[in-house]
Amino acid sequence: MHDDSANKGPQVYGLIAEYDDPDQLLTAAKSTYDAGYREVEAYSPFPIHGLAESLGFTKTAVPFLTLCAGLTGACAGFGMQVFATVYHYPYDIGGRPFLSWPAYIPITFEMMILFAAFTAGLSMLALNGLPRPHHSIFNAKNFERASSDRFFLCIESADDHYDDAATKEFLEDLDPRPLEVSEVMV
Amino acid sequence: MATVEKLTPEEVTAKNYPALAPVAPLLGPGHDYESISDTITSVVVEKPHPPGWFIMAAVGMCFLSLLGISTAYLFARGTGTWGVTIPIAWGFAIINFVWWIGIGHAGTLISAVLLLLRQDWRNAINRFAEAMTIFAVACAGMFPLLHLGRPWVAFFILPYPNSMGLWPQFRSPLVWDVFAISTYGSVSLLFWYIGLIPDFATCRDRAKNRFAQIAYGMASLGWRGSSRHWFRYETASMLLAGLCTPLVVSVHSIVSFDFSASQLPGWHTTIFPPYFVAGAIYAGFAMVLTMALPVRKWYKMESIITTRHIDNMAKVMLTVGLIVCYGYASELFYAWYSGSSYERFMMWNRIWAGPYRYAYWALIVCNFVVPQLLWIKSVRVNPIPLFGVCMFINVGMWLERYVIVVTSLTRDFLPSSWGTYHGTIWDWGIFAGTLGFFTVCMCLFIRFMPMVAIHEIRVTHHKNTSHGH
Repeated sequence: MHDDSANKGPQVYGLIAEYDDPDQLLTAAKSTYDAGYREVEAYSPFPIHGLAESLGFTKTAVPFLTLCAGLTGACAGFGMQVFATVYHYPYDIGGRPFLSWPAYIPITFEMMILFAAFTAGLSMLALNGLPRPHHSIFNAKNFERASSDRFFLCIESADDHYDDAATKEFLEDLDPRPLEVSEVMV
Repeated sequence: MATVEKLTPEEVTAKNYPALAPVAPLLGPGHDYESISDTITSVVVEKPHPPGWFIMAAVGMCFLSLLGISTAYLFARGTGTWGVTIPIAWGFAIINFVWWIGIGHAGTLISAVLLLLRQDWRNAINRFAEAMTIFAVACAGMFPLLHLGRPWVAFFILPYPNSMGLWPQFRSPLVWDVFAISTYGSVSLLFWYIGLIPDFATCRDRAKNRFAQIAYGMASLGWRGSSRHWFRYETASMLLAGLCTPLVVSVHSIVSFDFSASQLPGWHTTIFPPYFVAGAIYAGFAMVLTMALPVRKWYKMESIITTRHIDNMAKVMLTVGLIVCYGYASELFYAWYSGSSYERFMMWNRIWAGPYRYAYWALIVCNFVVPQLLWIKSVRVNPIPLFGVCMFINVGMWLERYVIVVTSLTRDFLPSSWGTYHGTIWDWGIFAGTLGFFTVCMCLFIRFMPMVAIHEIRVTHHKNTSHGH
């Protein structure tokens, strides 16, 4: 028996419950997290406020990275202009100062925005692990509707409390009751 | 026995506080999550295209060919084929550049500023307006390149290590412009694409043929819609909106520095940055409506882009239009109050004595007189008169740039250097060509990408159904 489950274990990605209402998914996600499950993920066709938080995910590094990139961009932009006009190619125009910093502000500002914006967008993708052409969750039944009108809650087999039969029962007995509970293969 | 009127709390509110009465819904009745996806993605994945689309694409293609011909002729013969000469070295190229950039700004305003202000009604129109931004910036970007005369050395303006040991002139507004426009173009493209990712995933899951599934699948980057994805996604969207808002203001301010940092009468004024930004928003909203009104009709999207959206856009246009007219008034005032005889002469020449006074008064009619019709509700909510007003504004905003550029340049300080300016057929050819480029790009966008941000409409629907009663 032990061999069997060890064999089967890696092949099951998790158990998935299907809902047709976002508020039901939110309630279900909270109950699941409260029941001690941690390797849980909810899937929805639009952002639902409080959903990630209810699964214990409350922080992302995106804002911090964006701030760092913005500062880097501003320094790089300003530094480039100072380097060019003061050190590398100083040009005396009627005795005006080489370091005419007010004239450098527009380019400094644009460089700050450029760096910060691309970091915000690309770090979001990178932290989300995208692009990623395939993922086991796409094997779930009906999952093509997760981008349209269905809401899913998946307890992954990697969870410490995961047990084929007990977890299935837990999901089926959730209040609100899911439309369907099914297994997702790897 | 007196009958007691039974009222729901909402009705009581509506009766006692008419200003708080519920406004028209942002989504037509009878929609659910599936019908929202259907209405929007069917345009891309299945619906046969209406005749209007083919006519628009065909006309756009004709004008696009004109762009090819005019550009080829320009490269073969040089900028002498244009009407530019000394002292009018900036002709149609700068007029069209500023006009197109301005049109682009409405897209950023709708997607970024209204997002920060939590104006939910933007959800139905932001994608469309952002697409317009991208294509308008592409049109705008062509003009400085073509105006160089030698576009193959355009990269000289970028700071790169070169064998001449030279740097661009970082104190020049024209170099600021390069940084501003290229940052604006690339950040807008990024913001637009990030917004499209979840909707590409919807198209991937609803596409009927294998090729479309693969294409949309690749474009969606494997989006799964997990709660962690959405959490980071929303954070990034808000950050991008926060970054785009000052960006859009900086871009058109820098564009206006091209003028106001010079000494020329009529250009050298501090009202230019805010006045240009307001003008940009004005032109942009007019163009969004010009494109959205027919497309909404052809694709029967009235339940998604509702009358309330149209009404709101018209109100924004009216407000911003009045700010622009304040700009016209302050230009007049500055010219008089400056006490400078050159400024006063320039303004008198612009509005009354000069050869371009017709353009000035046409501009006032287009941008000030006609848009006052927007005070009337039936004009705001009725697509045909509203479309007419928008066309006046489109023309008016082009005339505004024409008046600013041409009247100042043709009459500068020395009468010996005065001149006249008229665009040649090649100027008009390139201008019409960019209109074609823009139209063709919009047609392709409508055909291949979801033109309304589907996931944001679902949020609107969720709000309606969870808290709306």
